[in-house]
Amino acid sequence: MKSSLNSSSLGQTRAERKLLSFTLRIWRQENSHSPGFFEQLDAKDIPAEASFLEMLDIINDRLIEEKKIPIAFDSDCREGICGTCSMVINGIPQGPGRGAACQVYMRSFSPGSTITIEPYRVKAFPILKDLVVDRSAYDRLIQAGGFISEHTGGAADAATILISKKTADAAMDAAACIGCGACAAACPNSSAMLFVGAKVTHLSLLPQGQPERSERVFSMVHAMDGEGFGNCSNYYACEAICPANISASVIATLNREFIKASITL
Amino acid sequence: MTALNSKIPPGPLEKKWENFKKTAPLISPTNKRKFNIVVIGSGLAGASAAATLAQEGYQVDCFSFHDSPRRAHSIAAQGGINAAKNYQNDGDSVWRLFYDTLKGGDFRSREANVYRLAEVSLHIIDQCVAQGVPFAREYGGQLANRSFGGAQVSRTFYARGQTGQQLLLGAYGSLSHQIGAGRLRMHTHSEMLDLVVINGHAKGVIIRHLLTGAILRYAADAVVLATGGYSNVYYLSTNARGSNATAIWRSYKRGALFANPCYTQIHPTCIPVAGDYQSKLTLMSESLRNDGRIWVPKKKGDQRLPHQIPQQERDYYLERKYPAYGNLAPRDIASRSAKEVCDQGRGVGPSGLGVYLDFEDSITRLGKKVIEERYGNLFEMYENITGENAYEHPMRIFPALHYTMGGLWVDYHLMSNLPGLYVLGEANFSDHGANRLGASALMQGLADGYFILPYTLGSYLCTQFETKPSIDLPEFEQAQEAVLATTSRLLEVRGSLSAHYFHRELGKILWEHCGMTRSEKSLQEALSEIPKLRERFWKEINVPGSNDSFNKSLEYAGRVADFLELGELLARDALHRRESCGGHFRTEYQRPDGEALRNDELFSCVQAWQYQGEASEPTLLQEPLCYEFVQPGMRNYK
Repeated sequence: MKSSLNSSSLGQTRAERKLLSFTLRIWRQENSHSPGFFEQLDAKDIPAEASFLEMLDIINDRLIEEKKIPIAFDSDCREGICGTCSMVINGIPQGPGRGAACQVYMRSFSPGSTITIEPYRVKAFPILKDLVVDRSAYDRLIQAGGFISEHTGGAADAATILISKKTADAAMDAAACIGCGACAAACPNSSAMLFVGAKVTHLSLLPQGQPERSERVFSMVHAMDGEGFGNCSNYYACEAICPANISASVIATLNREFIKASITL
Repeated sequence: MTALNSKIPPGPLEKKWENFKKTAPLISPTNKRKFNIVVIGSGLAGASAAATLAQEGYQVDCFSFHDSPRRAHSIAAQGGINAAKNYQNDGDSVWRLFYDTLKGGDFRSREANVYRLAEVSLHIIDQCVAQGVPFAREYGGQLANRSFGGAQVSRTFYARGQTGQQLLLGAYGSLSHQIGAGRLRMHTHSEMLDLVVINGHAKGVIIRHLLTGAILRYAADAVVLATGGYSNVYYLSTNARGSNATAIWRSYKRGALFANPCYTQIHPTCIPVAGDYQSKLTLMSESLRNDGRIWVPKKKGDQRLPHQIPQQERDYYLERKYPAYGNLAPRDIASRSAKEVCDQGRGVGPSGLGVYLDFEDSITRLGKKVIEERYGNLFEMYENITGENAYEHPMRIFPALHYTMGGLWVDYHLMSNLPGLYVLGEANFSDHGANRLGASALMQGLADGYFILPYTLGSYLCTQFETKPSIDLPEFEQAQEAVLATTSRLLEVRGSLSAHYFHRELGKILWEHCGMTRSEKSLQEALSEIPKLRERFWKEINVPGSNDSFNKSLEYAGRVADFLELGELLARDALHRRESCGGHFRTEYQRPDGEALRNDELFSCVQAWQYQGEASEPTLLQEPLCYEFVQPGMRNYK
């Protein structure tokens, strides 16, 4: 939960607009080649109910009105599901609490505090501009085998495959990954094993995923090494910050699947 | 007015698609690889189409403005996907899904298209299960279903409250498979800014590479637009921030017809607006209406907390007005009813613009655990945003813009009036009439991409063996220059206001004058205010940065410029449709009980608009809607 119940508006009968002020220490970098630096910006009179990204929207509008260059940051659905957000707030990828950065609300910061905002620091995710990073490495990991090679048409009636509720639920837990990259950003080794483990777990649990089970884990792990992601050394930082609540047990599954595949392939 | 040819195949309703498939021209595997297909968008419709066409052997280039194809807004769909499987043995059939969809759309869609959609729905579930989509299961291992608005059967398949995510990741998996195998070129950070038309045919696109600012030409034998809807024209909507109408709007300006722009859907269950800094509203899935009861206090201005209001002083207005469907009345009806009670001063919450969605009875009946299993992530999301625990207090909800049924006009083949231009999913107008039923958007996106376009594309391509478009043609040059001119013009204004400001102002005009209810007076007002705002935009906007770099302000300003034009067409269409139907409610045309009053004699047709240049009004073309198999009735959900 990103929020507490303290500022609930339940029972509030009229809009009471409380305004808060903060200092931002924010990473600015023109492009991948130029050096970056922290810039200090005032975030004055921010509505207490605003989300963190709405605060940045307000700051950007002010910068535009002052003829300055706004802060580039990625966001899209603002519901915590698309995984586009990619910033680190006060040292925590995707910000404090559960959920993506778009689910962080200003009410969770002490008024007057200084907030540090920077991009992910992962070698495999080069910085493009300000807070925006290139996460195409994750797409390439999926392209290496994170799917079932089902061709359109010709699938048997869905009712012919029975999957126990327990298995379906476990597969869904792993499939809930939003691909935001926070796991690699939180990991001291910049490991992508939570991400890869989630996909391998999702597909290896299901009967439909069996035919390619061994090849899948092999090619995904090799692609992961090739992209420059590190190995897991059991810090569990990924699990602690994962906005989609992916359990680090998927890494154990990944290791098990990899060893099994090494023996059988 | 010219009539439009929808190319609906002859024969009985249930044989049309089958007959079409039997006789549709095929392209041989050796010829498929000679054709270049450009797909714009990587949501459910775009990803499923691109993957399927690549798998069949076509040369496919897929473009997305996102950093990854998996970010497309289909990912945010929560509740589910309809299919006429009848696994529940509750009387469902292809006919019923067809009829419910047609009726839900207030008899403003084509019978043949909707029937085909219902037929194809069966294969979608098979396809998705085969891909490993983890749909919800019963303890016996069978697929689970839930009910949704506008239906009396349980035909909605779901993956918790994240069905769109799981379906999109399934399609993204297929797309990734094709990319990895080198059969499909994926272009991320690439926004389509113009359509290239050669001899009346769509033969390419102009793309701006968002990281470098490079304006690039791509030639194609056919162009497929799967770029979603235009709800963001209202500024506040449940759409993602990036969702935009630029691809379809610029195609419209190149001659593609825009059909029924006034058919917009306002979703009844969204989290109410908190303040004007907000730029995005959050939807709470309609599936919540399965177990939540909607109510407001009977008394005006009742300031008591919800639990202090006794049962007999609550008005469960949907259950009262629509006993047969109750809280599961279709979206347009549920939204208007919410507006009605708030207009009466009985709304709840700080702004008075909200109604309760209460789970107390369901929690008592089923236990908190069951509710948590069904809707856990939605309750969590609600608490994140509002700071309120919906297990203890009722949620507060209010309608918000959610989906647009209108879009580019397409025939039965999903081809626009411009040969070679195909439009899929929410970007087209075809299947939902004047109102879309819940869990039908995912169905349509995947139907179009996996199962319809791959069959219909051949009919056009088999005529195109001799024409190989080249990017050196003057049409490409001209379109590229036009794009450069527009971006330069945006950068040169150097006024003092952000694109955000103009977008917000446009949204206010449309919500006020062309929202849940519309009237001749309000629409005239919108038509006079929008051009004034547009004029100010081109004088006062400030777009910082340059053309040849990663410039998010420039991307956004271009999209807002298009919305400022589209908004006017939307109001014009709404003014011209002098009836109420589905999501389009004209206050002058209502039944004595306040329900929508259709005028089938004059308006049982598709209104398709043709661009006539900046200085002239667009011209209107009509496609009559013929009901051969169903008698359009007045919708009744009582």
